[in-house]
Formats: sequence, structure tokens, C-alpha cells
Amino acid sequence: MQLARYFTAFKTILIKEVLRFSRIWVQTVLPPAITTALYFIIFGKLIGEQIGEMDGYRYIDFIVPGLILMSVISNSYANVVSSFYSSKFQRHIEELLISPVPNAVILAGYVGGGVARGIVVGITVTIVSMFFSDWQIHSYSITFLVFFLTSVLFAMAGFINAIYANSFDDISIIPTFVLTPLTYLGGVFYSISMLSEFWQGVSMINPVFYMINAFRYGLLGTSDISIGFAFVIIIGFIILLTSFSLWLLKKGVGIKS
Amino acid sequence: MDTHALSIENLCKIYKGGHQALVDVSLQVGQGDFFALLGPNGAGKSTAIGIISSLVNKDSGSVEVMGHDLDKDPVKVKEQIGLVPQEFNFNQFEPVGEIVVNQAGFYGIPRKEALARAKKYLTQLDLWGKRDVESRSLSGGMKRRLMIARALVHEPRLLILDEPTAGVDIEIRRSMWDFLREINRKGTTIILTTHYLEEAESLCRNIAIINCGRIVEKSGMSDLLKRMHRQSFVVSSRETIGEVDQLEKYQPEILDSTTLELSLHQDTDMNSMFDDLSRAGIQVVGLRNKQNRLEQMFIEMVTNPESICKAEQETGQ
Ligand SMILES: Nc1ncnc2c1ncn2[C@@H]1O[C@H](COP(=O)(O)OP(=O)(O)O)[C@@H](O)[C@H]1O
Ligand SMILES: [Mg+2]
Repeated sequence: MQLARYFTAFKTILIKEVLRFSRIWVQTVLPPAITTALYFIIFGKLIGEQIGEMDGYRYIDFIVPGLILMSVISNSYANVVSSFYSSKFQRHIEELLISPVPNAVILAGYVGGGVARGIVVGITVTIVSMFFSDWQIHSYSITFLVFFLTSVLFAMAGFINAIYANSFDDISIIPTFVLTPLTYLGGVFYSISMLSEFWQGVSMINPVFYMINAFRYGLLGTSDISIGFAFVIIIGFIILLTSFSLWLLKKGVGIKS
Repeated sequence: MDTHALSIENLCKIYKGGHQALVDVSLQVGQGDFFALLGPNGAGKSTAIGIISSLVNKDSGSVEVMGHDLDKDPVKVKEQIGLVPQEFNFNQFEPVGEIVVNQAGFYGIPRKEALARAKKYLTQLDLWGKRDVESRSLSGGMKRRLMIARALVHEPRLLILDEPTAGVDIEIRRSMWDFLREINRKGTTIILTTHYLEEAESLCRNIAIINCGRIVEKSGMSDLLKRMHRQSFVVSSRETIGEVDQLEKYQPEILDSTTLELSLHQDTDMNSMFDDLSRAGIQVVGLRNKQNRLEQMFIEMVTNPESICKAEQETGQ
């Protein structure tokens, strides 16, 4: 009985979140499609032909997984950080705080919204990529699992960012100064075998590196590292961030005085 | 009397930065009551409401709603309460209908039922025609009514309105009052905060007055009004005062052997008071008008709606 109510509440938040980014699809879904098309044309076609092969794949095929995952990461994150921050800013977070919705359901609803946008954008970018490169999926289950877990992880990270944010500046600082460098240095455009030993070591402490490699393995069947270890890293981070988010909600950090 | 609709005990709240917004606030509101929490700006009304409705963390004290303790059973407490906050707090870009339907969803009401209820309450509040409009395009009065519809959609037993008529013009205010009276008549307990005595006077049966985070008065509305419109005099007599039975209608109070406090309705002819005093054998040698504490308070509230507490705190009173 109570569970059914919580499920209704979860669905309500999720649908509300999906409607929000669908209404403004020109700002949310279209830009990543255009950006990745540009990446494919410039890096894949024009420059890529000069580069030749990477890890035994055409360069354009090699960068497809990273580009897809990059848009999944930034969109899951962006959706939750901007939606949850604006619910603080406009104060409609209070609609949830006064309701008998457990914190876990609030978190699941917002993260669900971020995952939904990550998936929609990810699929859009995948479709765009099909115009430029013809790859076969190596393992559907691994591909989808990495895709899903990555968007969960970054949606959660966006949630934490929003909790601490006190201004619109605060919601763009992390994406600009942390997320973008981590993704670019996570091996979207290169294989770490090209790096010196020292920089290979540094790459190993970048969690995004594991996701991109796991995803590339799912799509192409090649990876710089062990897939099992990549999953351990991803799931470990999800557990960490989930517990932290729940703790923040329980304390009311950033949302209750 | 069975359980109270609301019972709070010794509530304290100190905001970050050290401002003590509530000092040991205790209050009881009976089921079915129409209750006013009256006080000037900054008195702590919204803080108290915030704590009751889980928007503000308390520092100490307890809150019970319909017999459920806020700390032990927050879900039960939240289910009982409908809140109309002081500031607009809906998504400005969300359509009116969705705001109400979603709020029902947060309470776990299935969508079909939620739609039916949204229709019912938006119609009652004259907003059904606006259901597809983005909420930001509503007028101030409509926004306020939207928040009332939203607060009612899960059919709470306790409706709390934080300054519901602030910034609402007189005509709409009247119709809002009628609406609230009707809901109350059908059994919903209502608590509202206001800084207009007239609003409390016209709607409420019981009242608490809060100032500087402290409850300074609790009583029935009619009793309060009776007391408000009286003035008191301290009478000094030449000789020791004996029997005062004859002065019963002035609610005499002997302060010491030669001083006596009398209270009379503002319209009472003072000459007749002197006649009555003479008849009682009291020779008046001095007379001092004592400020009516309640009236004094309201005058201050009206003339100086913000600063009472701050001034007091600064001078260390
Ligand atoms: N979030 C907050 N942080 C710090 N001080 C606050 C906060 N909210 C209210 N206050 C202070 O607490 C006091 C009581 O405020 P409030 O409860 O809003 O009064 P009222 O609703 O009676 O006007 C005021 O002095 C106000 O400045
Ligand atoms: Mg207030």
C-alpha cells in the first residue's frame, strides 16, 4: 500500500522531469546532436583520415563510443543539476519537502529524469554517428549496462552539485572545470597506449576513463583495461554518491534552514 | 476533548547567524478550530509554520499533528497537513493543472483520482479555465488561489495558510474568506497567520499572538476583543479601601491598601465611574491611566510593523 504510493510519487517526479526537458528539447536534445555531428565531421572524417588506425580501428569508429558516452555524461549531469537547482531557486522543492515522499524517492525521481535525458541524447547521438561510421555492436548487454550506469552516476553527481549550489554560476563551475577535462582526458579521442607511462598512471585515477573503456568494449570489443574492474569502479562510485546524496537530503543541506 | 489538531511544545529555533526566531513556543489548536497566529513581520510566524510543515529544522521542542509526533512519524504528520505558504513556491513554467495534479502525485494519489481532484478544487477556486496556462502568467490573487487548490488536493485535515491575503485586493480577500469559512464549516481545522487583527477577527475563533519569537497572548477571539476595548485606571484613595462589591462591573483589583485598579469599556462615561467610586466611599486623590497592553501592542504593530523585536534586542531588554 505504502509502496504503491511511493511508486506513484516516483512516477510523478520522473514524468515531470521528462516533460521538462522535452518541452525545451531545442536546448536539451538538439545541441548535443549538432555538436557530435561536428566532431564526427571534423575529427572523424577530415582529421581522422590523416590519423589512420587506432588500436586496430578506423579513427572515426574508435571515437564513436567516447563521443556517445560524453554526451550521456554531460546531459545526465546537466539535467539534474539545472532542474534540481531551479527547484531550489523557485522554491518548488518545497512541494516535495512537505509531502510524505521519502528522500530516496525524491533522489530516484530526479536521477531517473537525468538518466532519461542521458538515454534520449545518447540514442540521438548514436543515430547521428550511424551516418558517419558503420560499426556493429560487440555486446549489447555490456553496452547498455555501461550506458545506463554512467548516466545514473552522473545524474547523481549533478544532484549533489545542485544541493550545494547557491547561484547559477555554481551549476556551471563543476561541468566546466571538472567534468569536461575528465571526459577529454578519459580517452575519448585517444588510446592511453599512446601516452607515456606516467600519464597512463594518471589516467587510471580518472573514473571516466573506465567508463569510456568499458563502453568502447561493449561497442567495439576493445579496451585499454579489464571490463570487470571498470564495473567495480562504476558501481563503487554509484554506491558512494547515493549514500552521500541521501545523507545530504536527510540533513536538509542546502534545502532546509 | 480528544487529540488536538496541532500541539506544539517548547519549540525553539535559532537560525544560522544566531538569530533566535522562536523562543519556547507552545500552542494547542483544537480539531475543527479556526485559529489565528497573529504577529508583526519578523515575529516568527513563518518559522513556526515552516517547522510544522517540515520545511525548517527545529532546534528543540516537539510537534504533534492529530496525535502524530513529527519526529517519530513524519509521514503521518505530513499527510494531515495542507500548506499555503507565504511566498509563491510553484514552478513558474509549469501549467496550473499540472501543478495541482503533481502535488497529488507526491502524496501517492493515483493519476486518475488526482485529475478528478484537481478539477474539483481548481473549479472551486475559479481556476479551472486557467488549467493549461503557465502559472507565471496568473495574477497575484490567482496565484494565491492556486496554492490553496494545491494545498487541498490531498484533502488534509489541517489547512495552514501563511498570510494568505497579503497583497490580495479586498474583493478577492472577501471571497477567499468565505471559501475558508466554508471549508472550516465542513470540518477542516484551519490555522492562518496574519498581521491584520481585522482578518483574525472576522475569521477566527481562537488566537495566539506572537512577538519576537514568543507567544505573548493566547485566548478566544471574542474574549480578546472584549479585553482590548477596555481601559484600566489605577485609583489612589485617601483612606484604606474596604468593600469593593459595588464596583463589580469595573472588575476591581486591590493593588494595596490604598490603590485599586479598575477596568472599563472604552465607551463608558467616566463621570459615572466617579459617582460609583463616591458611592463606594472611596475618595479619589490620584488617578493614572494604565495602557491597555493588548491595544498598545497592536498600535505598535501597525505603526512600526517590523522593528519591535530588533529594537528590544539591541537595547537588551
Ligand atoms: N532562513 C533564515 N535565516 C536566517 N534568519 C531568518 C530566516 N528566516 C527568517 N529569519 C529571521 O527570523 C525571524 C522570524 O522570521 P519569520 O518567521 O519569517 O517571521 P514572520 O513570518 O512572523 O514575519 C526574522 O527576524 C527573520 O529575519
Ligand atoms: Mg512570514
